[in-house]
Amino acid sequence: MKEVAIQVEHLSHYYGQHRSLKDINLQVYRNEILGIIGPAKSGKSTFLSCLNRLNDLIPGSRVEGRIVIDGQDIYGPRVDVVALRRKLGIVFATPVPLPMSIYENVVYGVRLLGKNNRRELDQIVEESLEKAGLWGEVKDRLHTSALKLSGGQQQRLCIARVLALKPHYILLDEPTSGLDPISTMKIEDSLRALKANYTIILVTNNTKQAARVTDRTAFFLMGELIEINETPIIFTRPRDKRTEDYLEGRFG
Amino acid sequence: MLRINPRTEQKIISYLLYFLTSIAIIVLIFILTVILKNGLPQLSLEFLTKNPADMGREGGILSTILATVFLTFIALLVATPLGVGTAIYLTEYTLEGRVTKIIRFGAECLAGIPSIIFGLFGFILFVNKLNFGWSILSGGLTLAFMILPTIIRTSEEAIKSVPMAYRLVSFSLGSTRWQTVTKVVLPSAIPGIVTGVILSIGRSIGETAAVIFTAGSALRMPTSIFSSSRTMAVHFYILAKEGVSMPKAYGTAAVLVISILAINLLTYYMMGRYIKKKS
Repeated sequence: MKEVAIQVEHLSHYYGQHRSLKDINLQVYRNEILGIIGPAKSGKSTFLSCLNRLNDLIPGSRVEGRIVIDGQDIYGPRVDVVALRRKLGIVFATPVPLPMSIYENVVYGVRLLGKNNRRELDQIVEESLEKAGLWGEVKDRLHTSALKLSGGQQQRLCIARVLALKPHYILLDEPTSGLDPISTMKIEDSLRALKANYTIILVTNNTKQAARVTDRTAFFLMGELIEINETPIIFTRPRDKRTEDYLEGRFG
Repeated sequence: MLRINPRTEQKIISYLLYFLTSIAIIVLIFILTVILKNGLPQLSLEFLTKNPADMGREGGILSTILATVFLTFIALLVATPLGVGTAIYLTEYTLEGRVTKIIRFGAECLAGIPSIIFGLFGFILFVNKLNFGWSILSGGLTLAFMILPTIIRTSEEAIKSVPMAYRLVSFSLGSTRWQTVTKVVLPSAIPGIVTGVILSIGRSIGETAAVIFTAGSALRMPTSIFSSSRTMAVHFYILAKEGVSMPKAYGTAAVLVISILAINLLTYYMMGRYIKKKS
């Protein structure tokens, strides 16, 4: 029996008057890669930002329903939002290295915890970059600016930066949308390797990527969860006509 | 009808605009020439290291240089944290709305008040009410309020221009708002903030009206922040207006102008290096 890591119950989300997520119910299992596909504006990114409460930062954002992560209702009182965000690291569509060195980017979140021991930080940097598949390319220039890396390298740096915090979950929001096929392949390889230790939610508008990388896939359409199932089933015999139409490229 | 062919028209217009643009530069060159031509011959080590004697007819201007430095230093010491703090509050800690509009409008109004009114305000509040007397402290505090709007506005612009994505990333890596401000937002905004501070230094060094009312015009060497003292700009004003000594007045003006130019050049050089290091 698979262990349920995240339980989402009747989740609705509003931006002001606009209802951007409508009554979402789903489970995420531990150590799986869950893909979320769907056309633009279907609520995929909003769903991710509900999970680590980054949507708190957007004025007019409001949530209904329940999200339980590792047994904790994350919208309950007494939730440490800062700790929650460390537990659910997120990688955005556009790679955003902070304007500092590669090294400092990786340890940014770790330093916030007050860790400053040089040897410990060195080790975290090497481990995280190694896991993100970037160590070999940058180990000789860790103290140069991260802004000088290529787009693909920057995105892997962003993944390393999240891994440095030892999160339990990695949320990826169309992480390869701006990257070339080779960089995309490298990131997909990293994701497969990471699955052993992390639970991953991958939002992608590239359905082939979902087919290549994920264990299960959820299809979102205009704020609704249309269906969720094992990836091979979604791609070969979807239950809903709209899923089939989307996958065959009839819209989206 | 007089018709001009387009190429001639283009030529005439560009010469005209070129002429208009050069007027600004010509004025600057004119001022510098007059000041330096009359002032530079006065400059000597003695001029910079001796105190004024005989009401400023003899000796140097050391005490006025130090008074200027102390006054400006106090003004910056007070206005920079206040101004940057206000800018951080307006951009990071509150939503755009009635309160921010009122604060911003207030700052704009403050910027429009003539400096002599600031002098009067400083005289009433610091010199009389708080009993600081004519002193470096009263003058510095008055200048602080005068330069506050500049620092608020430039800092706010600088902070606003930091990409939103940096903040989002910082929050997503588990930082608090304050950590995001100090570790990501401010370091990126520093060049803009420093520009505002330099503008303010220039204004403080050159200010007379607000200072003469609050710091006084004593020629003695300032010994504490409660000493009444005379800044370079005030010294120049008194020397020239009372006809004490035009040569010494020009000498003072030259030191004033050269130090402002030097501060500008030095800071732009340092900012250039800072930006290079960051990117």
